[in-house]
Parts: sequence; C-alpha cells; structure tokens
Amino acid sequence: MDIAFMWETFLILLTGVPLTLELAVTSIFAGGILAFFLSLLAVVGGPVGRGFTRGYVFVFRGSPLLVQMFLIYYGLGQFRPMLQEIGLWAIFREPYWCAVIALTLNTAAYTSEIFRGGLQAVSVQQVEAARACGMSGPLLFRRIVLPIAIRHALPAYGNEVILMLKATALASVITIMEVTGLAGKLIADSFRAFEVFIVAGAIYLAITFLVTRLMMIIEFWLSPHLRMRPPTLA
Amino acid sequence: MELIDRYLALVGFGETGWGALLLSASAMTLGVSVCGFLTGTLLGSVVTFMKLSRYIVLRWLADGYTTVLRGVPDLLVIYLFYFGGSAFLGSLGGLFGYEGFIGMPAFLTGTLALGVVSAAYQSEVFRGAFKSVAGGELEAASAVGMRPWPKFRRIVAPLVLRYAIPGLGNTWQLVLKESALISITGLVELLRQSQIAAGSTRRPFEFYLTAIVLYLVITWASSIAFRHLEARTMRGTRSSL
Repeated sequence: MDIAFMWETFLILLTGVPLTLELAVTSIFAGGILAFFLSLLAVVGGPVGRGFTRGYVFVFRGSPLLVQMFLIYYGLGQFRPMLQEIGLWAIFREPYWCAVIALTLNTAAYTSEIFRGGLQAVSVQQVEAARACGMSGPLLFRRIVLPIAIRHALPAYGNEVILMLKATALASVITIMEVTGLAGKLIADSFRAFEVFIVAGAIYLAITFLVTRLMMIIEFWLSPHLRMRPPTLA
Repeated sequence: MELIDRYLALVGFGETGWGALLLSASAMTLGVSVCGFLTGTLLGSVVTFMKLSRYIVLRWLADGYTTVLRGVPDLLVIYLFYFGGSAFLGSLGGLFGYEGFIGMPAFLTGTLALGVVSAAYQSEVFRGAFKSVAGGELEAASAVGMRPWPKFRRIVAPLVLRYAIPGLGNTWQLVLKESALISITGLVELLRQSQIAAGSTRRPFEFYLTAIVLYLVITWASSIAFRHLEARTMRGTRSSL
C-alpha cells in the first residue's frame, strides 16, 4: 500500500466531488417534484392516472439505468434535426443534461412509489378530524395530509437518496468526470485498482454517512410529537 | 407502417436483422446474472454466519463488509475486479517469466463483481430470515432429539429459505439490472450487443429501446417466477393474516 499515491489520488478525486453532488442534488430535486405529481396522479387520478403511473414505474424500475441513459444520450442524438428545430438540441447535446434527465426520470419512478405509500398511509380518521374542524381543500392537504405523508415516507426516501448518490457514478460512462469517472481513469492509467478503490470508496462512504445523519436530523425535526416533553411546572 | 417495417428489418430475424444476436446476448445477460447471483448466495451465506457468530470480531467484519459494499457504487467494484484482476494476473505471469498483458476474463469479472455486491444484500436478507425462525420450532426440534446439523438441515434451512424468498427476489432484480454495467468490461451481454448494433447501423434509438424492452421482459418474467417459487415454499402453511 502506497500512502503517497493514495494521498495524490485523494486530492484528484476530491475535485470530482462537487460534480457528483451537483448531479445528485439536481436529479433528486427534479425527480422529487416529478414524483410528487406522479404520486398525486396515482392516488387521485382515477383509473387512467393509475394506469399511467403504473406503466411509468414498471418501465423505469424494470430496466437498467445505464440503458435508459444510453437511450437518452445516444438514442435521441439520432433526431438531431428535429430537436434542433424545436430548440432542444442544446440540452440533449450535453452529456451532463442527459445524465440529469435519465437520473431524474429513474428516481421519479422509485420516489413516486414511496410518496404514494406515504399518501395512502394517512388515515381516514385524521382527514375526518380535520374536516370536522372545518378544514378542506388545499388547507387540509397542506396542513394535515402532506406533513403526515412526508413523515411516513421519510425513512424509505432516505434509502432512495443514497441509491441516487451511488447511481450518479453511471454518468461516468457517458464521459462525465465525477468521482467514479476520475477513479476509473486513474485505475486505467496506474493499474492500481485496490488503492484507488479504497480512496474512492471512502469518499462515497463519507458522503452517504453525512446524508444519513442529515436524514436523521430531518426526521427528528418533523416528529416533535415523539420527542420527550420537557418537564413543566403545571 | 413503413416505420414498423424498417424497425423489424433492424431488430428482426431477417438478413439485415440483429434479432438472433440480441437474443443470444440476452442469454448472456441471464447467464452472468445467474452466476453472479449464485456466487452472491454462497458468499452471502458465509457473511450471514459471520453476522450471527458469537465472536464480535467476525460480526464487525461482516457488518463492515455490508456497509462498504452497499455504500460504494457498483461501477467501482467492477473497475476493482476488472483492472485489479488484470494487474494480479500480470504479476502472477511475471513470477513465471511472462511479461505480457493478461486481461481478466470479462465473464469472470462480471460473476465476481456481481457476486461480491449481491452478497452484501443477500446476507442482510438471510440474517432477517434467520431471526424470523421462531424459537418454538427450534425447541420442538431439540425436544424430539435432533442434533444441531439435522436440526439445521431439516428445520432451520427450509424455514430460512421460505422467509428469504421475497427478499432474494428483490436482490435478483437488482443483479439483473446491474449486469448491464458489465458491458464496460467488453462482455457481450444485452447492452454491449446493443451498443455494437447501434454503432454499426447508426440507429442507437431503435436498439437501446429494444434493449429496454428485452430487459423489461426478463425482469417481468422473473418476477412471475419468484411469485411461483414463493407460493411453492409457502405450501402447507396458512397465513394468519
């Protein structure tokens, strides 16, 4: 084991961390919004909405993300004249945006299932109680349904966030030099797979460790009713 | 309908069609997934026994294994085995006076990488299943005078398998999709074959779309197979729910 080489590797791989995080944050954020609407469609959209989301989830969960990425990056390049005409070519030309789109569409499928579970876990009694207090429509949704659904969905959502962090590594296959892309290049140049693997692995583990802590903080923050009450005088 | 004709000419079984190659590549995808999954079951069983061991060092090692392999992108593990394996074979060749490049066989790389990754997931599935074996059943087995090995083979193992099958089904789907990553080592599985076809015909859209459909067929068929397997192992039990 060569410590000097590993330190050098660490410094190089560190330059890929912002890109990895950027890919993850962008696609988790966009995927979350898309998933929110998909899960709403599944719950209140009737048979057509349910059928559509079920098909969407089946396709994106049933096939490898890498193939989805290739279809978007290489496959859509085939329609260049058409895309140029409608002004979308600037997006599909860039590997970065293709990776973001593929990651977003993919995570939306998983996340919408998590959100759907959360929405369906809101009990009828809670909704009834809110109605009895005179709440209805958007207020009921914003004040009662959404917070409870989020609380239910959070643990599973934390898993999905970590899976997405790891999934950004696939972007390296379409020439994006994030942490795994740099690691792959270093391994191919130096042939010291083990050392590079340890350094890159440690970086990913550190990031996922931070993310799990962050999720724990959010969970703590969203469930004040489960916290111990401070002793009161009354 | 000209569009459909043109598509069928590309991926069908005609003279210019890539259908036969795509199908055999799908078989390769299944093959490397099965080998990787079974390697994972074998290694995962060892890791499970380490997790359930009474020695804390073994438990730590096994937990560390799961944490690392689940926390690191699988692509990195594939790089590790592909380039690391080639470097290892090269230095092994050097010992015998051979100074050329010895490439790691792609199928072996795939089997090892998928095996090592899926072992981390499978060991967690098995650990949960072991914990679900009810104490009463073990007591009953001891009460009729069963020794540890027969007790394991005839009581514990079948129950563990029954409890583990839903989780194993998830792991299998994961392995099946991860197998697409093996294409970077040059193994001609479904994705690599689609890349080759897309490159030589310059019709990437049609071929990647076909690849997705073929993957969907495989994952869908295996979900049905696992449902049947689950029903079979549950035979003779009545759900209390």
